[in-house]
Amino acid sequence: MSFVPGQPVTAVVQRIEIQKLCQGENLILGFSIGGGIDQDPGQNPFSEDKSDKGIYVTRITPGGPAEVAGLRIGDKIMQVNGWDMTMVTHDQARKKLTKKREDVVRLLITRKSLEEAVKHSKGSHPRQ
Amino acid sequence: MGVSIHGGHRAPSAGSDPHHLSPRCDSPTHHPLPAPSPPCSPASPLLLPPSSSASKIDSLRSKVDLLKLPLALSTKSISERKIQLGGAGERRSAGGGGGACTARSPPTRDMDNESQYSGYSYKSSHSRSSRKHRDRRERHRSKSRDSSSRGDKSVTIQTPGEPLLDAESTRGDDRDDNWGETTTVVTGTSEHSISNEDLTRVTKDLEESTPLECKRFIGPALGGCLSFFALITPLAFLILPQVLWRDALKPCGTPCEGLYVSLAFKLLVLLISSWALFLRPPRATLPRFFVFRCLLMVLVFLFVASYWLFYGVRVLEPKEEDYQGIVEYAASLVDALLFIQYLALVLLEVRHLQPAFCLKVVRSTDGASKFYNVGHLSIQRAAVWVLDRYYNDFSVYNPAVVNLPKSILSKKMTGFKVYSLDENTTNNSTGQSRAMIAAAARRRDNSHNEYYYEEAEMERRIRKRKARLVVAVEEAFTHIKRLHEDEAGASPKHPREVMDPREAAQAIFAPMARAMQKYLRTTRQQAFHSMESILTHLQFCITHNMTPKAFLERYLTPGPTMQYQQQSGRGRQWTLVSEEPVTSGLRQGLVFSLRRLDFSLVVTVTPLPFLRLGEEFIDPKSHKFVMRLQSETSV
Repeated sequence: MSFVPGQPVTAVVQRIEIQKLCQGENLILGFSIGGGIDQDPGQNPFSEDKSDKGIYVTRITPGGPAEVAGLRIGDKIMQVNGWDMTMVTHDQARKKLTKKREDVVRLLITRKSLEEAVKHSKGSHPRQ
Repeated sequence: MGVSIHGGHRAPSAGSDPHHLSPRCDSPTHHPLPAPSPPCSPASPLLLPPSSSASKIDSLRSKVDLLKLPLALSTKSISERKIQLGGAGERRSAGGGGGACTARSPPTRDMDNESQYSGYSYKSSHSRSSRKHRDRRERHRSKSRDSSSRGDKSVTIQTPGEPLLDAESTRGDDRDDNWGETTTVVTGTSEHSISNEDLTRVTKDLEESTPLECKRFIGPALGGCLSFFALITPLAFLILPQVLWRDALKPCGTPCEGLYVSLAFKLLVLLISSWALFLRPPRATLPRFFVFRCLLMVLVFLFVASYWLFYGVRVLEPKEEDYQGIVEYAASLVDALLFIQYLALVLLEVRHLQPAFCLKVVRSTDGASKFYNVGHLSIQRAAVWVLDRYYNDFSVYNPAVVNLPKSILSKKMTGFKVYSLDENTTNNSTGQSRAMIAAAARRRDNSHNEYYYEEAEMERRIRKRKARLVVAVEEAFTHIKRLHEDEAGASPKHPREVMDPREAAQAIFAPMARAMQKYLRTTRQQAFHSMESILTHLQFCITHNMTPKAFLERYLTPGPTMQYQQQSGRGRQWTLVSEEPVTSGLRQGLVFSLRRLDFSLVVTVTPLPFLRLGEEFIDPKSHKFVMRLQSETSV
């Protein structure tokens, strides 16, 4: 998940669609995010590269919409509804996720196990 | 000493036979002894009376032993050898003590032998009764000599100005501990080392006591004459016209008087500043001329000479009448002299204050090194400067401290010996030495191991003795209390003996003397401290209310060389060894050395780095901080 500045970032991503849950007045998604370009990346327990300032999923409410949709703790969010999440501040990320008008968020997330699965599958099926 | 082969009537005879003891002790009834020997104890007649058959054997044995003795007597080596001989083949140990009894020609080396005996008595395997006899005899001998520092046995101190132990006892420590090893050493080697040390000591004493060199005072005397002449000149300029053609002089009133006043004050200032700056006893004689000083003296001489010349031609000859002009002329001379003095101040005193070079001074024998910053000086001046600092900063040079202990060094020496049977060996010499070095390198030796353990052992020993010394001194100091004036008449019923510092020092010296001696011997400092000096220092400490720790600081660490200097006006002889002429200035990469008899100081010059100092302005308001965030938002 580390990137070389100036080069396009490549990652194996998974699409996750979360339906927002209506709880009283708020629409909640059921997870917490951490990270951002204005945050301290060294304290991120989930990132492999401690200079990675991306947005990470730090907590998932059990039984919430995110868990149901397949989001897991430690995932890095690459896009939210088409908006890039790799170079945003923490507050911008929060805003993109909590737009009141949208009740569905489509995320592109990446995690380490995805890459390994792809490698594994590539290795077992070298033709593909 | 007469070498007569009689039974037992020779002073340095064998120690191994006890039969010699009693006849020697009843000396008035037998032949007079060639060497002074103390009266032996009355306990000795307990031993066997002389028997003729044994005496013949003994005489032969003593003859053999006598041949083994070196003719240069040193009590320690002789008595020690006696003990070895005694230990080798004796039946009764009393002979060993008896043999040593007679071999002590100088009575002041008591403590020397005393500790040696202590080492011996624990190592030898003699019967208790014989040891008792020996101890008793020693005690009697000690009492008879009335010597000090036998532990707590006696108090009065007799011997002034002797080194605590003579210089040969530097080896004594090895001998004490490895005496078995040296039993079979041929005496020749020890004899040579004695004479070498004595020789260096004698030459050192000689050079210290050279008569005051007159050369030392020529420079200052010359300068003094010149400055006196220069100071007198203005006054002479003023007085001569008055004396010679007084009537013809035009009277000058107020301006002249003003000039007189200013002249007087300037002369006074010149006088005082000359006294302050230049009238100092010279601290060193330099091998070559001190360039700046010579320059200044030449300048002064030229100035004064030219002024006199002008005066002579223009004033004295035509008998100039304008007195005011003459006074102004004299005033201008004084001004010029003041400026020359300013120049002298700058050249001699100020120019070298700004540091420009860094000197590294390394002592050649033990590698003690220091770094100093000096300004622009000539090599000889820098040498004087370094020597000034050397006496204060460097710990005293102790020739007794060697890097590798003898036991290891001697093993290293015994390598392969290469003998060449050819007659012309010149072309093979380097090859041989290289072969030897290669062989020695290949040979697996564990001397580093021994060195390590030897060092550790030495360290331990020093620490142990230091602990004993500290405790002994602390305890000794508790025996003394300062008497205040109001206490003096306070208790008439407990009259205590009131002592002055010297007596107090002597009183408490005895219990600590032995520990002190052992400690000094272990750290090989015994050559620097005589008993008298220790007593003086103790007296000094008592007078100034010093604690035991303050008393000991002088002995626990080897201090700077200045501490051990005797105040003689003779001065120290140092030789400046340099490849460049010594009046040239210091520059980078210069190396010169200051040599003394047995060591030298090597000085390397490096320029101080040029510092480029930059500036960075920090606005005090620019100090702002933020917390490191790691916020977590739930969405």
